[in-house]
Amino acid sequence: MAKRAGPAQVTTARETENTDWVACIAAIRDHGDEAAFARLFAHFAPRVKAFLMRSGADANLAEECTQEVMSTLWQKAHLFDPTRASAATWIFTIARNRKIDALRKQRRPEPEDLPWGQDPEPDQADVLALQEESDQLGRAIAALPAKQRELIEKAYFRDLSHSEIAADTGLPLGTIKSRIRLALDRLRHAMK
Amino acid sequence: MTRNQITHHLTDALLMAYSAGSLPEAFNLTVATHVSMCDDCRARLAAFDTVGGALIDSADTAELAQDSLAATMARIRAGKSTPEAPAPRRGVLPAPLRDYIGGDLEAVRWRPVGMGVKQAILPTSRAATARLLYIPAGAAVPDHGHRGTELTLVLQGAFCDQVARFGPGDIEVANEDLNHTPVAEIGADCICLAATDAPLRFRALMPRIAQPFLRI
Repeated sequence: MAKRAGPAQVTTARETENTDWVACIAAIRDHGDEAAFARLFAHFAPRVKAFLMRSGADANLAEECTQEVMSTLWQKAHLFDPTRASAATWIFTIARNRKIDALRKQRRPEPEDLPWGQDPEPDQADVLALQEESDQLGRAIAALPAKQRELIEKAYFRDLSHSEIAADTGLPLGTIKSRIRLALDRLRHAMK
Repeated sequence: MTRNQITHHLTDALLMAYSAGSLPEAFNLTVATHVSMCDDCRARLAAFDTVGGALIDSADTAELAQDSLAATMARIRAGKSTPEAPAPRRGVLPAPLRDYIGGDLEAVRWRPVGMGVKQAILPTSRAATARLLYIPAGAAVPDHGHRGTELTLVLQGAFCDQVARFGPGDIEVANEDLNHTPVAEIGADCICLAATDAPLRFRALMPRIAQPFLRI
């Protein structure tokens, strides 16, 4: 099928991947599709495990939590809303909550759901727009200066507060705060 | 919850730390409660979660156990189908707060702390303390400073301090630099959720003596 590549039709590999993941989660929800699950698993499980290990879990605990995170994905597939999150974002939030529960032994209070709930038949244009924005943000993070990206990664992956990052890197707290602020400004600018 | 005109929001640093999962539980509760009331911060939080998703998507991988997928499928097959949580009833207070109280506003077990002010400490990890404060209309919480960070979220009524006026849904983020005396507005009693990661420093003598007893 011939496709004219107008600017609106230019899609990146990652963006196509994002919508593929959305389709995989829908297949799990609708048909209990094990092949779709295996594809998601092959991509995300090794990343979830690495994330948990960088947050301080040993390999055994990280493996167990990863299996729990991935089975939660199966069990809660009907709650995934592709107009509000990409698969990666949703999996990140499940893994983060599991981390707080398993490593810190704490409850994780979550915001009350929006009163209008989830649309059972989400508009495909909304899904595409959200997936494209997630991709755009991913590219903007990849393009950050290394010093800024490292601090953002430390904040998310190492489970460190700003003052712990200061102790960890030997950088003054003020430098860390201003670098993170600069990084966020860049990301906002990239998303305009 | 009814939608409120919120003018005092969470900082980027707090939203990012909540998304990353590095805040103490009492702060997580306060952030989750504010986000329940504030569409603006809900949207900003979604952006920070997207940052987390992008980082995990482009991150290094760890080697899985050989039978990882099979073991996960076995978990799924063995898994008790997670029972559907009943749709949460709407209440006066946002859902995350009701979870910690074990009910809505009428279930709070208030304890008097003097001058008509009452408090209820909520069960969180010890790294920080979350408490509900009940300030009668026109009354003041004693003048105090902070060693760490204090978040004060208005749930009902309003208070004013040296900084500004805070109404329902507004959150004040105070640190070491601020000494303040929140005063509840005339008209309605004020109920707040306050989280602190260090004891408050009261400037007047009496409250300082009372402090260890009241856990403020």
